[in-house]
Amino acid sequence: MKKVTANELAKKQKKISVAEFFEKNKHILGFGNPTRALVTSVKEAVDNSLDVCEEASILPEVYVEIKNGKDDDEITIIIEDNGPGIVKNQIKHIFGRLLYGSRFHEIRQSRGQQGIGISAVVLYSQLSTGKHAKITSKIDENMPAYVVELAINTNKNLAEVIKTDTIHWEKPRGTRFETEIISDYKRGRRFVYEYLQNTSIVNPHACIIFKEPDGSEHIFERTTEQLPEKSNEIKPHPHGVELGTLIKMAKYSKSRKLSSFLKTEFSSMGSRAATEAIEKAGLDGDLKPNEMSREQFLSLHKAFKKTKIMAPSTDCLSPISEILIKRSLRYETSEISPEFIVTSSRPASVYSGNPFKIEVGLVYGGKLPKEETVRIMRFANRVPLLYQQGGCVTTKAISSIDWRRYGLDQKGGKGIPSGPAILLVHVASTQIPFTSESKEAIADVEEIKKEVELAFRECARNVKKHINKKKKREKTREKFDLITKILPEIAKKSADMLNRPIPKLDPIITKIMDVVWIEDAVEYEKVKREGIVQTKLIDTVDEKVKPDEGTITKSHIIIINYKGKPQKFNLYSIIPKEAVLGNIEPKPSKITEDYIKWALPEIPSANKIDITFEFAGLQEGDFDENDLYIENINPAFVIGADKWEGGN
Amino acid sequence: MGGGKLEMNKDYSHVIKKIDEIAEKVYADFERSKIPFIEIPTRTKSNIDFNEKLNVWKYGSNTSERSANSLKGAYMLLRTMYMTEFIKSMIKSEKSSTLREMYYISEGWNMGKFHSQNESNLLAEDLEVITSCMREDFKLRPEEDGARVMGNLTVEEITRNNKKRLINCQEDVGDAGYNIPYNVEPEKIKFKKIDAKFILAIETGGMFDRLVENGFDQTHKSLLVHLKGQPARSTRRFIQRLSQEKNIPVLVFTDCDPWSFRIFASLTYGAIKTAHISEYLATPSAQYLGVTPSDIENYDLPTDDLTSEDIKSLKSELTDPRFQDDFWKGEIKLQLKLGKKSEQQALAKYGLDYVTDTYLPEKLAQMGITKK
Repeated sequence: MKKVTANELAKKQKKISVAEFFEKNKHILGFGNPTRALVTSVKEAVDNSLDVCEEASILPEVYVEIKNGKDDDEITIIIEDNGPGIVKNQIKHIFGRLLYGSRFHEIRQSRGQQGIGISAVVLYSQLSTGKHAKITSKIDENMPAYVVELAINTNKNLAEVIKTDTIHWEKPRGTRFETEIISDYKRGRRFVYEYLQNTSIVNPHACIIFKEPDGSEHIFERTTEQLPEKSNEIKPHPHGVELGTLIKMAKYSKSRKLSSFLKTEFSSMGSRAATEAIEKAGLDGDLKPNEMSREQFLSLHKAFKKTKIMAPSTDCLSPISEILIKRSLRYETSEISPEFIVTSSRPASVYSGNPFKIEVGLVYGGKLPKEETVRIMRFANRVPLLYQQGGCVTTKAISSIDWRRYGLDQKGGKGIPSGPAILLVHVASTQIPFTSESKEAIADVEEIKKEVELAFRECARNVKKHINKKKKREKTREKFDLITKILPEIAKKSADMLNRPIPKLDPIITKIMDVVWIEDAVEYEKVKREGIVQTKLIDTVDEKVKPDEGTITKSHIIIINYKGKPQKFNLYSIIPKEAVLGNIEPKPSKITEDYIKWALPEIPSANKIDITFEFAGLQEGDFDENDLYIENINPAFVIGADKWEGGN
Repeated sequence: MGGGKLEMNKDYSHVIKKIDEIAEKVYADFERSKIPFIEIPTRTKSNIDFNEKLNVWKYGSNTSERSANSLKGAYMLLRTMYMTEFIKSMIKSEKSSTLREMYYISEGWNMGKFHSQNESNLLAEDLEVITSCMREDFKLRPEEDGARVMGNLTVEEITRNNKKRLINCQEDVGDAGYNIPYNVEPEKIKFKKIDAKFILAIETGGMFDRLVENGFDQTHKSLLVHLKGQPARSTRRFIQRLSQEKNIPVLVFTDCDPWSFRIFASLTYGAIKTAHISEYLATPSAQYLGVTPSDIENYDLPTDDLTSEDIKSLKSELTDPRFQDDFWKGEIKLQLKLGKKSEQQALAKYGLDYVTDTYLPEKLAQMGITKK
């Protein structure tokens, strides 16, 4: 059966009123019950605010307020942003017409793709309370704000402006949306809070303030000043295009020949691929696209699938970035004081011609409950998915991993694991394949499932590595106690009892330890910007990135040779891409954008070497542990670093 | 030692020498740049051999190293240093302490302090094993008092005031009997006179008091010794010395269950923890009187069902070399078949005098200790 989009649905319903359409499809639109309606209403407005702010390159500050109305189940919701504002005569279209908006035809990553639109909230409000929505907007600092009260004419699917006004608004610009809906705040509160908190995690550049009916205020702080990279619009990829779209595209195409139509209006179509597709379809490249028959389109559409075509470019995606995910998670879980947070991201991939990218994070330990199943936080294009967890491909991917190997509990090695962890997964795509219009679960797309699995496996391996490293260190640390405290005491006691001088311990200490011990510490120092000396600017660092936000991350590595013989080896330290390197001591033998390498001098037995280096461009906690690797030495001799597997 | 001095003032120089040998060993290791260690016989069941000559259980030839290479071993060495130093200081100042007091004193040993008294008790035993000295040589004593004795035995005890005192364990004591002191070595007590045909070692206090009340020590010329469950070292040593020096048979009278059989076994052949001094503590000639599983049938005694733990223990006793004679094999198999256990005091079913008037005389006659 052909998939029907809400857009087409609405068109079919044209003859009946939108009100009837809404009533019939309430559940799939996210207004199925008063609790859901509240979350959906807040979500639609907040998603809109974030989208417009980003489009205008403004760091979003979104204010969400919920007030109790006269009746228990009637509440007022207010969402206010610092966005660019809306031109007055556009307001009635955006807020007053169901399924109005440009995004339905765009191929790019955006939040808006996922909702039914803010107008549905206006309609729900109108149908449930009979009240009108009130929109205040200001587009220029030097202009007053205008206020528009509107209702939806459900027969014509048109906005009816009830009242307009101009007022003084202290905000330089922005939009405020206010409406009354029937809802159950007591039950819905938890979801609103969770939605806002989760939104804040994947939108670290946004500041969200939430004011509850009882006056209490929660502030989800901004953890980066850096706006996400803008997602670019891309042309459709032949593997992802639907037949209907293909026909429509051909109809309006300016190309006169089929071959040039394919080459200019699709992504990844070079001459070779275009020729191959035309050949496989048994068509002539000189055909006029707007004169082609339905059968010809059908065979062309089929030929696309059989033709080897390069994957679409993936630069249209706007991932969150691992460091920002880590930072957000650290901030939001600070009360739990987790033991560690790891993140992982996959290179962009493609399903049915749609580019997508997976980013995952894992919070482990601290005050997280040890017995319960782990919490899963799912996101699609920076929007939290709160419902239908079980039906989502991300959950299925998580469930198919045997987490027991990575230190979590899991019955039979399948299903959602339990243990002190939170799992985060973000799917970014130009087209998120949702299971239904309610857009709460991602469909079973094999490619996505595989990528989510791979990303979590990498994360889990890091967890395991971390746990193992900790165990190994703890074990060796015991020996430290032994050689630094107990052994000298034994020596002293035996000497005392025999009235003799205290014997020398050095040779015995190296015998007992018998390892090369690598210990590291990371410190942060607040500094004025001009204080930084940059020895190398990594060219991948974007010009926009401020080299420093006032914090210098200082890493100190100590290597002690507790082996009986001198040791000589190479050391690698992995560095974050976002970092700008400062002083490095001693002089490294190589620096790349991923690591620093030292060819260390020979370290005599019972001697040590100190290594220090500095980063700018990171915040406190971004880099909290050195990831160290060694080369040209038996890894079994070394505590605190693993074998270097990378090339040179 | 001069002739006028009492034996209480014993010569401890060999103890100090033995103790210093440990420090010497550790110090020498340090000087030779070797990781210090002490060798000690392995004190587990796997390293217990039956010594045919002594007829008791002794540690075998397996040894284990306590090496400073591991945290555990290093702590043990450090504690050994502290403990030997403490023992030396006690010898010097002519004091003694209980094992519990030493445990509390170890609070001041910094990193050498113990985390439980069991740890310090075990190390004290280790020291006995390493030095071939006895706990008494270290001036350490258990905090529990020894068991009670009733019967016509006269002991000469050196009191804390360094005076000799003669005590008759029937005439000079109340109904509670004579209390065995923690130190029963010849320097502390001597057995002067005894008029008893046998020693009856009794598991429970209730039965001991019953026999005392019924005057069994007088009517049957016996020496009653209360074991208080698994008998303390001093109780076992007391029985061993008395049996050997005065050549008197020892009979063991306990409940009828696998745990009581083990009381008999440790009194007779020695225990794993104290296998290094089995020849001082065990009385291989002791005989088991009852209550036997056969008695349950013969005397129709009230019973309880065996628990799964009981059954497990009985089965392991079937493979225990200490229970390999026909008597024990038969009795244990019978008990497993019955699935029942019983208590000494179950004999009260037939009245308070039944045990002294009927049961014990019948058993003694069966065993050939008395005539019927």
